[in-house]
Amino acid sequence: MSAVAATPGRPATTLRVRGTYAPYLLSLPALAVMGVLLLVPLAMTLVLSLHSFGMYTGISSDYALANYVDVFTDPYFGEIFLRTLRISLCTTLLAAVLGAPEAYILHRMSSPWRSIFLLVMLGPLLISVIARTLGWAMLLGATGVVNQTLIALGLIQTPVEFMYAETGVVVALAHVLMPFMVISVWAALQKLDPQVENAAVSLGAGQATVLRRVVLPQIMPGILSGSIIVFALAASSFATPSIIGGRRLKVAATLAYDEFLSTLNWPLGATIAVLLLAANIVIIVGCNRLVERRYQQVFQ
Amino acid sequence: MSFLTIERLTKVYDSITAVDGISLDIERGEFVSLLGPSGCGKTTTLQMIAGFVDVTSGRILLEGQDLARVHPARRGLGIVFQSYALFPHMTVAENVGFGLEMRKVNRADRDRRVAAALQLVGLSAMADRYPKRMSGGQQQRVALARALVIEPHLLLLDEPLSNLDAKLREEMQGELRDIQERTGLTTILVTHDQAEAMALSDRIVVMSKGRIEQIDAPEAAYQVPATRFVADFLGRTNTVEGDCAGAAVSVAGETWTVPGGAPAGPVHVAVRPERVTFAETGLAGTVRKRVFQGSQWYFEVESVVGPLAVLAPNGRGRVPAVDEAVRLTWSADDMRVLPREAVR
Ligand SMILES: Nc1ncnc2c1ncn2[C@@H]1O[C@H](COP(=O)(O)OP(=O)(O)OP(=O)(O)O)[C@@H](O)[C@H]1O
Ligand SMILES: [Mg+2]
Repeated sequence: MSAVAATPGRPATTLRVRGTYAPYLLSLPALAVMGVLLLVPLAMTLVLSLHSFGMYTGISSDYALANYVDVFTDPYFGEIFLRTLRISLCTTLLAAVLGAPEAYILHRMSSPWRSIFLLVMLGPLLISVIARTLGWAMLLGATGVVNQTLIALGLIQTPVEFMYAETGVVVALAHVLMPFMVISVWAALQKLDPQVENAAVSLGAGQATVLRRVVLPQIMPGILSGSIIVFALAASSFATPSIIGGRRLKVAATLAYDEFLSTLNWPLGATIAVLLLAANIVIIVGCNRLVERRYQQVFQ
Repeated sequence: MSFLTIERLTKVYDSITAVDGISLDIERGEFVSLLGPSGCGKTTTLQMIAGFVDVTSGRILLEGQDLARVHPARRGLGIVFQSYALFPHMTVAENVGFGLEMRKVNRADRDRRVAAALQLVGLSAMADRYPKRMSGGQQQRVALARALVIEPHLLLLDEPLSNLDAKLREEMQGELRDIQERTGLTTILVTHDQAEAMALSDRIVVMSKGRIEQIDAPEAAYQVPATRFVADFLGRTNTVEGDCAGAAVSVAGETWTVPGGAPAGPVHVAVRPERVTFAETGLAGTVRKRVFQGSQWYFEVESVVGPLAVLAPNGRGRVPAVDEAVRLTWSADDMRVLPREAVR
């Protein structure tokens, strides 16, 4: 439309100026939404974390790093952050070890089955996290299906403690987050040229060698980016650890929640939230940089 | 017993017959080209020999052994894929060395042979590059080095030179022919470039729609095309209608005496554009188009028997202008006469 309006009589400069600002003007609505919904609450949380809290005085409006000092010096918090890290790493590892082969098998399936199983694979995304986690709680409980089966098979005498233990949280989280890994590896597999595998075969490579030397290195970026997503979601996950882990086995997100809603110590809750975000950002950006530096030369 | 025998090889994809019952014998040390337009089944044929496309029916025998029972990894073929299929995560040297590694060649020998192969394709300076950082032509040469370094008995090349510039292509063609003559390596080349096929091959196999139209030495296929498709595909051919009575063939009132004679009745007369000459007498026509092609001129002439293509060497006599009235003729030796119904 503007091309029609730009009659020869008009000075060309208006067009050029409009051209320069157009991208900024056009992204303004999105920026405004992001600003209001994300940056403002984030800034408020940051400010809140600097205030102090008294059991009888409530939230005061001073500014101090006391909350941060508390979190860093109290081993109670250290243990929870360490547990969050451990659970997230184990979840990521499990999701990668199961998800990557799963995506490859899916990729090798023939046409009708491939889309059916992809749907089965991604189906859980359509079900609420709560419902899926409660399902795991039923499976993993002391009288749950898994323990009963193991006892019936004579493999164990007493039930294994999955519930309220890290193992259970890791298993349930890995299941909940698996689709993200599969999608990410799947995308990497789509970019493979099938002839490259054939080339390796023609040069004398067996199936296992082709997988290890040709396929795996090529989908490694997909596995790593999937890992970053799974790690980030696991570290900040709330529903699964709070249902499977319960009150006792706290992670950073459930800890922040408890500080906000049970203890009503909002500043401390805000501090934990800010630290979780910061740790997540540092780890993710660091990994991403590493991945990019490693693969930049090869794939661009 | 031929080195490679292909018997009634057929490949049917859901609804398309990509390769339709082709049979072919290739001798040891021979250089054979599969030539044909896009989609005629060249790649499919090659991939069936390599073992990457399942054979619908028919057999392939290599040195008398049915390849259906040999796993692709143990066929020992050197293959250059149409899409190069280089390993993107390996350097050029690692790519070329992969086949030797699979054959458990020791490190020192491997390095030596990789260096020699890279030298051969002129890429010694790029041994440590990754394929994505190379031009199409350079990648193609890596693929060629990777296929040659394992010293295969049979080399399958799927358009290995299509991405090179004219000069490099000629150089690589010479190189290929040299390697092939030196090593006696049996080679099957897939190409749609007829000049390349003719320059390199002992025999060419002209294919169309999954079938073989003609198998012959390059000169023979060019001079004596078996079918009208081959005549059109291998260089241009003018086909005009005429009549034959005994040894005399007449086209629009002009008469030639054909040495061997031809069956009497209506005929098709085929003449190559480079054999048609401008003359004082002959078929009347008007020049419609004139294109300078360096060593020659290309004309399209609207004649009394329809449009005719003419190629005239540059620097021999006067060059007619567009819209000029001309007369065309050719010698009796240069025409091929076919009964009209036999022409496909
Ligand atoms: N995987 C496939 N599924 C279905 N049809 C296929 C498949 N691969 C090839 N075809 C069909 O088979 C025919 C022959 O294909 P092929 O790749 O052998 O042609 P080509 O002669 O190598 O052509 P080009 O010169 O373009 O490479 C084509 O019509 C193509 O559409
Ligand atoms: Mg092809």
